[in-house]
Amino acid sequence: MPIAIGLEGSANKLGVGIIQHDNPASNPPSPHDSAFSGDEQQQKQSSPPVRILANLRHTFHAPPGAGFLPKDVAAHHRRWVVRLTKQAMKQAKLGIKDIDCICYTKGPGMGAPLASVAIAARMLSQLWNLPLIGVNHCVGHIEMGRAITGADNPVVLYVSGGNTQVIAYSAQRYRIFGEALDIAIGNCLDRFARVLRIPNDPAPGYNIEQLAKKGKHLLDLPYAVKGMDVSFSGILARVEEMGVKLDQGTEPWLDSESQEPITAADLCFTLQETVFAMLVEITERAMAHVGAKQVLIVGGVGCNIRLQEMMGIMASERGGSVYATDERFCIDNGIMIAQAGLMAWQMGFRTAMKDSTTTQRFRTDEVLINWRD
Amino acid sequence: MEIKQDDKEGFGVLLKQGAEARIFESTFLGRRSIVKERFSKKYRHPVLDSKLTLKRLNAEARCMTKARRLGVYTPALYAMDPLLYTLTLEYVEGPAVKEVLLAFGEDGIIEERLDDLATQIGEAIGKLHDGGLIHGDLTTSNMLIQSGTNRLVLIDFGLSFTSTIPEDKAVDLYVLERALLSMHSSCGNVMDRILTAYRRSSKQWSATLNKLAQVRQRGRKRTMIG
Repeated sequence: MPIAIGLEGSANKLGVGIIQHDNPASNPPSPHDSAFSGDEQQQKQSSPPVRILANLRHTFHAPPGAGFLPKDVAAHHRRWVVRLTKQAMKQAKLGIKDIDCICYTKGPGMGAPLASVAIAARMLSQLWNLPLIGVNHCVGHIEMGRAITGADNPVVLYVSGGNTQVIAYSAQRYRIFGEALDIAIGNCLDRFARVLRIPNDPAPGYNIEQLAKKGKHLLDLPYAVKGMDVSFSGILARVEEMGVKLDQGTEPWLDSESQEPITAADLCFTLQETVFAMLVEITERAMAHVGAKQVLIVGGVGCNIRLQEMMGIMASERGGSVYATDERFCIDNGIMIAQAGLMAWQMGFRTAMKDSTTTQRFRTDEVLINWRD
Repeated sequence: MEIKQDDKEGFGVLLKQGAEARIFESTFLGRRSIVKERFSKKYRHPVLDSKLTLKRLNAEARCMTKARRLGVYTPALYAMDPLLYTLTLEYVEGPAVKEVLLAFGEDGIIEERLDDLATQIGEAIGKLHDGGLIHGDLTTSNMLIQSGTNRLVLIDFGLSFTSTIPEDKAVDLYVLERALLSMHSSCGNVMDRILTAYRRSSKQWSATLNKLAQVRQRGRKRTMIG
């Protein structure tokens, strides 16, 4: 029953998680199982039993109207990584001898934060004399999503602040079918939040989601689906203009049909409806292409209930189902790194000290997924 | 106003249902016709949905008529309904190129017919590309051979767009090449014959075919950046 500790710090969240793989026969599934599918039977069969012993996260929040800078985030991670690791070990009630490997995020992500967490991982590895496992962040998300929801071979929509990809598994690789051609979906939402000075705490996207619930007027935005790919920069430019107009306009801005005033909530609503429709459309294309019935949503934007709902409607029209997790597993965390790392560790994968670097660019399809058929 | 139940349900006999549209067989002023209905996507906001559906309906109708202007046979567009999101098209009698090639695979190749077929395909694509039109979904099921005239008719312009960039044209050809390789390898190298005809027909063949060589190298259709 191997145990791994995972350290994640590719963006503004520092995560430390400890995970244990149980023998399939003896243990019940994790009490943390949370999924839209709710299909207990299927979960037990298709995912290896996983026990989460600790899942701690500390987030660096930039002030409203600003984004987080790599140097500030790296300083935040350096300040918290020891405290968080100690706390995780305490919570898991484990000693050094119980741990089998140390997993850390190799990339992709912001350079400085990645490097600061990698230093912590190397230090632990030497201090505790344990092997290091460098993990691809995207693969971490996918493996965590699969383990928690029990979706065995889904089309994956990975949506976060830095990544937007539609992925399907084929021949031991997670293949990218479609992706954002310019900025990531989360980046688009975050930068829009800055224009309206929507708070960054707990997350700009979450605050946009709450505001969007009150919106009712759909305004005209570009819609940029190109084959299997999407583009968000033009949409962001347009909605930012709208934000400025709303913010600084002297005369009231009325909806052309109802003559009701346009509000910040309407802008959030419009943005969400447009970009999510694009995501669902390319996901549907990928599902049709590979003939898949399951769709799994991972990444920080994946906790958005409206996105999950739209995906659910699409999936049910195709006779399929959607699998999604909540913020504990969707948003960057340490256990997802531990989970993917532990699977690689069981296949004999090790990252030597001299190779324990980090990289800002690390494609999902570069990783050999030899733990799947 | 009273509408009969079966009028609401469909436009004739359902032939095929795809991810975005349904194809019906129907009659239009006494002529046998095809009705292509784009249906709404429930997950989208209704305003956005109707805007997109209409935009794509328009684009398809325009690309089809543009192809005809460029001298490539497509089904004649009889009517377009922007409220029901339908295109009513001429019914083209005849087998798909896919079926013809599969029959060659089984019963042996008739060299003369295969040559004629490849020439027609190459010429048609050359005309489209020189006119700045990319079909977007060149597979052998989207090409028909009209019975009687033996003419090649291109169908399904749902993914078509206008572009003059060699990259787009090369990818258009690459899609066809992959489709031929996976379905019709028993017919020999049909793609070479098609490209020979394409070269004769397209004035800008050299830029496109150079690009095609690069596209083939990629393995995937896109360069991997970021």
